[in-house]
Amino acid sequence: MKAKNQRLVLVLAATGALVAAALLAMSALKDQASYFYTPGDAVRDHVALGQQIRLGGMVEKGSLHREADGVTISFRVTDGAASVAARYTGIVPDLFREGSGVVAEGRFIAPGSFVADTILAKHDERYMPPQVAGSMHEAKSLKP
Amino acid sequence: MHVFANPARFLSIARPLTGWFGWCGAVLIAVGLGAGLFLTPVDYLQGQTVRIMYVHVPAAWLGMAGWSGIAVASLAELVWRHPLAGVAGRAVALPGAVFTAICLASGSIWGRPTWGTWWEWDGRLTSMLVLLFLYIAYIALADAVAERGGQARVAAIFGLVGAVNLPIIHFSVLWWRTLHQGQSIGFTGSTIDPAILWPLPIALAGFTLLFGAIVLMRMRAALARGKVEARLRRLGSAA
Repeated sequence: MKAKNQRLVLVLAATGALVAAALLAMSALKDQASYFYTPGDAVRDHVALGQQIRLGGMVEKGSLHREADGVTISFRVTDGAASVAARYTGIVPDLFREGSGVVAEGRFIAPGSFVADTILAKHDERYMPPQVAGSMHEAKSLKP
Repeated sequence: MHVFANPARFLSIARPLTGWFGWCGAVLIAVGLGAGLFLTPVDYLQGQTVRIMYVHVPAAWLGMAGWSGIAVASLAELVWRHPLAGVAGRAVALPGAVFTAICLASGSIWGRPTWGTWWEWDGRLTSMLVLLFLYIAYIALADAVAERGGQARVAAIFGLVGAVNLPIIHFSVLWWRTLHQGQSIGFTGSTIDPAILWPLPIALAGFTLLFGAIVLMRMRAALARGKVEARLRRLGSAA
């Protein structure tokens, strides 16, 4: 085998092994590297009460309410299967609305009852003009 | 590829190509960004902020394409000992790092009004930050080798090893739950409405051509510098 070909085989084999190792490592990280718990995960993993976590999912349609003090909101976070009641006091991002994604940082104060310190909005990969979105997304926003 | 093993032949092609790439790139960028700013409709959720896409996506693409280029150059250097491979790798590294930084900065500016945060340690954001650090390390390593002598192959090996991060960036939004949304543009189509999407390929092509012009310019500068140094050495030994 010519030296050139020998080097090619060697480099390709080394790169292949490296990529395989990295992929194995990343797939092992799968759960730890996830950015948030879904309501289903939180139940399955028995997240302890008071433990600081991120809870992510969709804001259930029709579940968003503003309380009498004007700054506290309550809503339900759902992943389709399970759902959790959440409360938050403060200003939410503009994109936070019913039927849209949310990541809430906070803790469970009782099973199925979550109190958030921070609210992040998570949007999906679809972008479209308002005319196209039309009635598809008549979700109630918190804005007047 | 060995057509270009002779730097003189490479230069005879690179010289006119630099101008073409640069000017065509500038025109396409102007058209793409102009259309993105003034002609496209707003997004139903994000409103005007969606326009950051026309800078953010090309920057992300070039950050990743840049390292792919470094990986190919590294392979050419390690396997075929191509004389221009090291020069090409070093020429790509700086603009690659700059576009990665632009991607991170524009993403941060985009994240504040949409997600409600400048920065979160989710899979996509973190792996992209790692790419920036890899670029900085590659530049430091290649410079150290060039200044103090030593194995030029060290930088090439690093360039190849760093490429492992590219699939991680790409699949981060599929493997892990992230704050960053999933991919919008795939082989089978796009989830971006055509009315919003159309300037993006124009801006993408424009920034890519500009990137090519910068790389060619830097390669020519590196070759010219090598020539000057060789001539000075010859003068020094003659005197």
